[in-house]
Amino acid sequence: MVKKRVIPCLDVAGGRVVKGVNFRDLRELGDPIELATRYSELAADELVFLDITATIEGRAPIVELIGRAAAELSIPFTVGGGVQGLEDARALLRAGADKVAVNRAAFDDPPMLTSLADEFGSQAVVCAIDARAGEVVTHAGRRPRGRDAVDWAREAVGHGAGEILLTSIDADGTRAGYDLELTGAVADAVEVPVIASGGAGEARHLAEAFDAGAEAALIASIVHERPERLPELKAELRELGWNVRS
Amino acid sequence: MSAVLADYGAGNLRSVCSALARAGADPIVTTDAASVRAAQLAVVAGVGHVEAAARGLAAHGLDDAIRDRAAAGRPTIGICVGLQLLFEESEEGGRGLGLLRGDVRRLRARRVPHMGWNTLRITGECELLAGLDGADVYFAHSYAAVPAERAVAVATVDHDGVIVAAVEAGPLAGVQFHPERSGAAGARVLANALAWSRSA
Repeated sequence: MVKKRVIPCLDVAGGRVVKGVNFRDLRELGDPIELATRYSELAADELVFLDITATIEGRAPIVELIGRAAAELSIPFTVGGGVQGLEDARALLRAGADKVAVNRAAFDDPPMLTSLADEFGSQAVVCAIDARAGEVVTHAGRRPRGRDAVDWAREAVGHGAGEILLTSIDADGTRAGYDLELTGAVADAVEVPVIASGGAGEARHLAEAFDAGAEAALIASIVHERPERLPELKAELRELGWNVRS
Repeated sequence: MSAVLADYGAGNLRSVCSALARAGADPIVTTDAASVRAAQLAVVAGVGHVEAAARGLAAHGLDDAIRDRAAAGRPTIGICVGLQLLFEESEEGGRGLGLLRGDVRRLRARRVPHMGWNTLRITGECELLAGLDGADVYFAHSYAAVPAERAVAVATVDHDGVIVAAVEAGPLAGVQFHPERSGAAGARVLANALAWSRSA
């Protein structure tokens, strides 16, 4: 069977990796390619680069950074943040991203998911959904959209999304565990893999997300301070009976 | 050695190109049919739909270049959609090159796409996957080849059922997974591929 994935997420702002709590109070953590290479060596299953300031500032995605990552990494990676439409997504995939994560642009224009899936295949199209109390929010958590996250996930998959990256804004940065209710509801509602995101603090939290139906779990702050924590987490997951790659 | 990546205008070939270079090849990305015809090794990589890939190849005459290679016994490797292209009808619409008999069908599993690391089971003799029985490699696909001849499939994985992970038949080979994104195991596949094409 396909193994459950553990995916470090590198939030990128101004070409550096950063981490904040509830999308605020950003702290700088280092060079994205250096950190990515380190995670690759430590058996990360995939990586996600999120250009977290792009949508707020309207800045184009960091295509150059992606080109370097594509050449240097030998594990898959997804890029998101600031993807305004088809042309942005295309530029990222052409630059070497294995998948592109589309958040607000997809919410505002769902057929763009279909266009992307027709051109690159569904496996390259990730719909990123940020939710607060089960409601879709956009603009880095600043704008509530009055739409149930489970409904939107279902619709996004119908339009061609091949994966859902589901972030609980409530749980993000708290290290208190993923939003299991939301993760389970979305995983039940769609046939594509769901990546749980927001709130990872320890191996048990990832195991809970897998139990809830997630195929993969995103992690950030718990490994950024000490990347060696990643193989430890995976060993702990194996001890808990989960089929993860060593 | 001379290795070409057939560029049919869809998707990105940069990561495959880098991985081949790391494995010791001197790869070029080209739309030129004569180069594709003549190279020691041709690689057809890509993502997305079989039909779009077949159309892209045909637009540059690369479909015939690959057929000529196969007829002349020169090695060609398909990666992901590149493997599916070697076969006939695709369930998502369109046709591949028909160099191998069999169809491309949508996966029937609880989770589609089949996305992530899965464990190879070698089922037939193959140079491409030498030393890789039990290795984990990375998959990202919703369709897979179903060869008409059982012996063509040389490796499988399990995802709510058996999926063909690699094929090998004479000068044609293909992997459904992404060696360029499969870490050390993937690097070994590409090194094997280069050795295989040198000896062909």
